[in-house]
Amino acid sequence: MQRAGSRWHIAVFLAPAVLVYTAVMIFPLFNTMRLALYTRIDQERVFVGLQNFQTLFGETVWSEQFWNALGNNLWFFAIHMLVQNPIGIALAAILSHPKLRFAALYRSAIFIPTILSFVIVGFAWKLILSPIWGIAPTMLDFVGLKSLFAPWLGKEAYALTTLALISVWQFVGIPMMLIYAALLSIPEEIIEAGEVDGITGMSAFWKIKLPLILPSIGIISILTFVGNFNAFDLIYAAQGALAGPNYSTDILGTFMYRTFFGFQLQLGDPHMGSAIASSMFLIILIGVCIYLFAIQTRLRRYQF
Amino acid sequence: MKTQRTNVFSAVLMHGALITYTLIALFPVFVILINSFKKRKAIFRDPLSLPDAETFSLIGYETVLKQGQFFSYFQNSMIVTIASLFFILLFGAMAAYALSEYRFRGNKWMGLYLALGIMIPIRIGTVAILDLMVATGLVNTLTALILVYIAQGLPLAVFILSEFMSQVSDDLKNAARVDGLSEYTIFFRIVLPLVRPAMATVAVFNMIPIWNDLWFPLILAPAEATKTLTLGSQVFIGQYVTNWNAVLSALSMAILPVLILYVIFSRQLIRGITSGAVK
Repeated sequence: MQRAGSRWHIAVFLAPAVLVYTAVMIFPLFNTMRLALYTRIDQERVFVGLQNFQTLFGETVWSEQFWNALGNNLWFFAIHMLVQNPIGIALAAILSHPKLRFAALYRSAIFIPTILSFVIVGFAWKLILSPIWGIAPTMLDFVGLKSLFAPWLGKEAYALTTLALISVWQFVGIPMMLIYAALLSIPEEIIEAGEVDGITGMSAFWKIKLPLILPSIGIISILTFVGNFNAFDLIYAAQGALAGPNYSTDILGTFMYRTFFGFQLQLGDPHMGSAIASSMFLIILIGVCIYLFAIQTRLRRYQF
Repeated sequence: MKTQRTNVFSAVLMHGALITYTLIALFPVFVILINSFKKRKAIFRDPLSLPDAETFSLIGYETVLKQGQFFSYFQNSMIVTIASLFFILLFGAMAAYALSEYRFRGNKWMGLYLALGIMIPIRIGTVAILDLMVATGLVNTLTALILVYIAQGLPLAVFILSEFMSQVSDDLKNAARVDGLSEYTIFFRIVLPLVRPAMATVAVFNMIPIWNDLWFPLILAPAEATKTLTLGSQVFIGQYVTNWNAVLSALSMAILPVLILYVIFSRQLIRGITSGAVK
């Protein structure tokens, strides 16, 4: 057999994927970080070292925007962690109940918002919350809470929280599905052993199931983190590139887009944009490393 | 007797919670859809009622079909999504086969290298991607989008497919080798058909984010001829913001194709997620 001699097929099998992935993903990623070290003076690209980062963190015009966007982004993430994931876990816990009927139907229906584009979701909610149309005030009137209504998306104090909750509404299906899968994989014997010891119902969930699905909760947290820190579409669709009112909904994604692509009268600056992108990369990298080294290694994976 | 009553009670509670949340999930979609078929006055007077003989109107859809290039947008989205999925699956399966079937130096590192992209969003490199597309003259072409989506989809595809391919029986492949089939024939004729379910899972996972993406169409292909449905509806709705009939109809038309795809593929998608493919 001539096997040992010709191993070319391995290269042929690997080449297309490696080439496209390297050229369109890895190379631009590093090139973006390299571009962050340059600037444009009189149509020429000049190496300036870390000067863009000095501008970004040193000049108040820039640093104020950056910290504002980062702060907003953290709040956006916090709401997802505090609202989306608990609701997702609760729904999954109910759905995984062995005697529940119509589980498949509920599951498919609750997942529908997740498949819609941000553009649809952003505009649909904008219309529903609009004081002109009046669906939201009418609905609140049903339950006697009309006085609570405010044009939430137009108020600086509420806009970001409202958008975060819209995003939660859209993506609750993902933690629900992943936790549901994790709950189903818990073997019956463990639950029965608990029942023998008198642990049933809610306490079975808190004492037996929840500890067993912690690794899945860890995965959901890191997916939420990465997703939130490169979010852009929903804010852009609902509030535009200026992330109004008065930048109160600006997050890192919209800030980077505005800087690099330009808006209204301001010209885009790819080099400052790259500096922001590099900062985002660093933030995401730190998050992923914390997950990989601090969280995942501590959580024991149970193999059934 | 007592336990039976608590069982009924908890069943009612569970269904109550699920129905409430299902209503919350579906309500906005429902409101948009029913109002897109109503006259302007009825939209405002009675937004929560179904269209009837008196309030029914297709004026919004007429505006959208007349003003918007929705069929061309739809076509662009179809081309981009299908071409991207095809190459993600082909290239992804080939690489996954190389990694799971053959022992070679650097195998593990290659696997890690390809897996990097699962956690790092491709958007971070946008500035340089635009640079690259400008340099190669691919700006405002669908090819640019397809290339980006292939790169974005490959990491997870390779990861999932190589898990499945390592389960394909060695005896089968060795028997084929004894029969003198080439490695390529073994891959295309024997292995690929066996991992078809995993390929379907990968396809469904990638389909929705590609179809719904706004970022890359906005930056790489904003020209009229290359707009995707997502970008097209964003621009259209932005222009017609005060024409409620048109906006509601445009939203409904954007919802419909995704909803149809979901109805066709939801079983596959849910099975894919729950089978632990993303663990």
